[in-house]
Amino acid sequence: MNVVEFDAAAFGYANRPEVLSGLTLSIEPGEVVVLVGRSGAGKSTILRLANRLLLPTSGAVRVEGRDTREWDGIRLRRRIGYVLQDVGLFPHMSVEENVGLVPRLERWAADRIRTRAHALLDLVGLPPASFAWRRPSELSGGQRQRVGVARALAADPPILLMDEPFGALDPVTRLELQREFLRIQRELKTTVVLVTHDMSEAFTLARRIGVLDAGRLVICDVPAAVARSQDPRVALLLETMPRVPRDGNGS
Amino acid sequence: MSGLIEFWRTHHAELVRLLGQHIVLVLISTGVAAAVGIPAGILAFRRPRIGQPLLFLANVAQTIPSLALFGFLLPLPFIGGVGSRTALVTLTLYALLPIVRTTVGGLRSLDRAVVDAGVAMGMTPRQLLFMVELPLALPSIVAGLRVATVIGVGTATIAAAIGAGGLGEYIFRGLSMVDSTTILAGAIPAAALALCADGGLAWLEHRLRSQRASFGRPVLVGAAALTAVIVLAWSASAGPSGASVVVGSKNFTEQVVLGELLAQAIEAEGLQVVRKLNLGGTFICDRAVRSGDIDLYVEYTGTAVTAVFHEDVPHDAGQAFERTRQLYARAGITALDPLGFNNTFAVLVRGRDARQLGLRSIDDLRAVAGQWTPGFGYEFLQRADGYPGLIKIYELGFRTAPRAMDLSLIYKALAEGQVDVIAGDATSALIDALDLTALEDSRRYFPPYDAVTLIRTPALLRHPEIGRAIARLSGRISERDMRGMNRAVDLDRRDPADVAKEFLASK
Repeated sequence: MNVVEFDAAAFGYANRPEVLSGLTLSIEPGEVVVLVGRSGAGKSTILRLANRLLLPTSGAVRVEGRDTREWDGIRLRRRIGYVLQDVGLFPHMSVEENVGLVPRLERWAADRIRTRAHALLDLVGLPPASFAWRRPSELSGGQRQRVGVARALAADPPILLMDEPFGALDPVTRLELQREFLRIQRELKTTVVLVTHDMSEAFTLARRIGVLDAGRLVICDVPAAVARSQDPRVALLLETMPRVPRDGNGS
Repeated sequence: MSGLIEFWRTHHAELVRLLGQHIVLVLISTGVAAAVGIPAGILAFRRPRIGQPLLFLANVAQTIPSLALFGFLLPLPFIGGVGSRTALVTLTLYALLPIVRTTVGGLRSLDRAVVDAGVAMGMTPRQLLFMVELPLALPSIVAGLRVATVIGVGTATIAAAIGAGGLGEYIFRGLSMVDSTTILAGAIPAAALALCADGGLAWLEHRLRSQRASFGRPVLVGAAALTAVIVLAWSASAGPSGASVVVGSKNFTEQVVLGELLAQAIEAEGLQVVRKLNLGGTFICDRAVRSGDIDLYVEYTGTAVTAVFHEDVPHDAGQAFERTRQLYARAGITALDPLGFNNTFAVLVRGRDARQLGLRSIDDLRAVAGQWTPGFGYEFLQRADGYPGLIKIYELGFRTAPRAMDLSLIYKALAEGQVDVIAGDATSALIDALDLTALEDSRRYFPPYDAVTLIRTPALLRHPEIGRAIARLSGRISERDMRGMNRAVDLDRRDPADVAKEFLASK
């Protein structure tokens, strides 16, 4: 069964009717799908449709086989981890409280929340002994992003949505976190939909890459197939990553 | 300065009580405003369609001058009336705006990413509010409380004008006696109180903003300090309870002395008396006695007939008193026999001018009016037996429109040359002290102003001994007596209560 399924899903506003048009895409369990496209291509809208922050104006979005219209938004969101570019850590809570937030909303027992938060901090490489009590303002950008990932994973969600999670980091930290991310994903086998405008990031992380342009999915395939694509919209994005060898298009 | 410390020493108990009243007024009003304003601010943030009008209303309330708001609320049922109720309503209205505004502002300025994260993590709107939005907006809200409290401490001084007590009593008493020591005795503690409140809340705000700190501690310390202040203030402000007779007075020296005279005479009969002296002008006292906020006060026949009942006054003193008695009887108020003196308006000029220009009567003013600036109290300017009639009967044309000023400042303004002619009380001690000359009312424009005690008839029937006590005073207070007592308070800086006590002992 597909974990997330877009069935001719479209979304728009009265003054901007085609933010996303006719998206059909199925995401299998344990898969990492990376959606690439320039700003305004509709990437974030896809994520917001998946956790019912938005409802499609036509077509359907199904999560675990059920139409998002039938899901209770609150229940759905607690089953879906979400990592934002600006992280959005709660500044008035400690790192441990941030990580334990969804379990707390789910009314876990206090000691279970604590155990879980510490396990996750270990997982993302922040030893709880020196990080659990800190405030977000006392962390570096990379550390904050790690906390963001730990927080998204806290209630063991089957699905993880990531909106340009490594976009604001310096290149070295970004590479480090991308590797960590792959390790964690292989360990937990979480289904991940990740959005980025960085084509090389897509090639580093994805099992499948989806290329979006002006609200339409141009291609969604394994990286090798995307690299061979003749579509000019894909080619333009590929040109942004000069060090990736291109084959099959004669250049 | 030493006079000030001496004043505080001798009035120690009263100072503590007034300070307590002041704090209670501010705390209750700010507390109610917070209880209403914070939810209103949340509503305004969540539902702008409801919220915008709310914010607008709070804005409007803020723009009404405080004295006007007090006066406006005074005649309303339930929330109005002389005393702390009206003051609390007014202070609460003033505290609302800063609280609502900072609540809305604090919520609006939250980091979008943080709020989005809360929603995306599956928080319900309520969880989002209590776990994220309110904790993060709390420093702003505390900043609003801080502004509201400081405004409240200041505005509460004006509340004394309508009998709500507080440190403003010293300020108004000092104004009416033209005594800066008494004014400072109230103004300095009020300023200190404002600074303390500001400092304490600034500390709390700072602690909340520095996000290293845990949220629990500063809030707990603040709450504990607040509780302590409330308990102390409450116990200090509690005046005598179970009292049965309330004596009021207007806001000038003579009235305060007369109020003391009545109060002490009634206390001599073994009754408990509550003093609401220095209430305000004629209109406030009239409303207070009609609504039952006070049981008795001293009025003047001429004032009663013209200013209260809007009739022409008979120029005969006996007829004026008879008319006064009839008019009040309909309102359930008994006018007791006149106390003996006639406190008519006196048109006053500087003694030097009177001697140089040979001014004797108001008629003589016509020759100089073209170069002169008059200054009158607010009430005199409005009343039919005041300024409009005066210039008509005497055909006076002054150089400028009259300067309106507080009764308590007017004698000094004349002596210092800011104005050239004023209307004052014939019994004022300042006439002699500042070398002023009263011009003769040759055309008998001013009606008789015999002092009479007005008392609510039900109170008189319940306690006939009050009638007996006041009957012993009637006809016994001459104009000379009254000027003497005014002089003792205004110039010798004696306490009105002591002056009244001595007078009663001498009779």
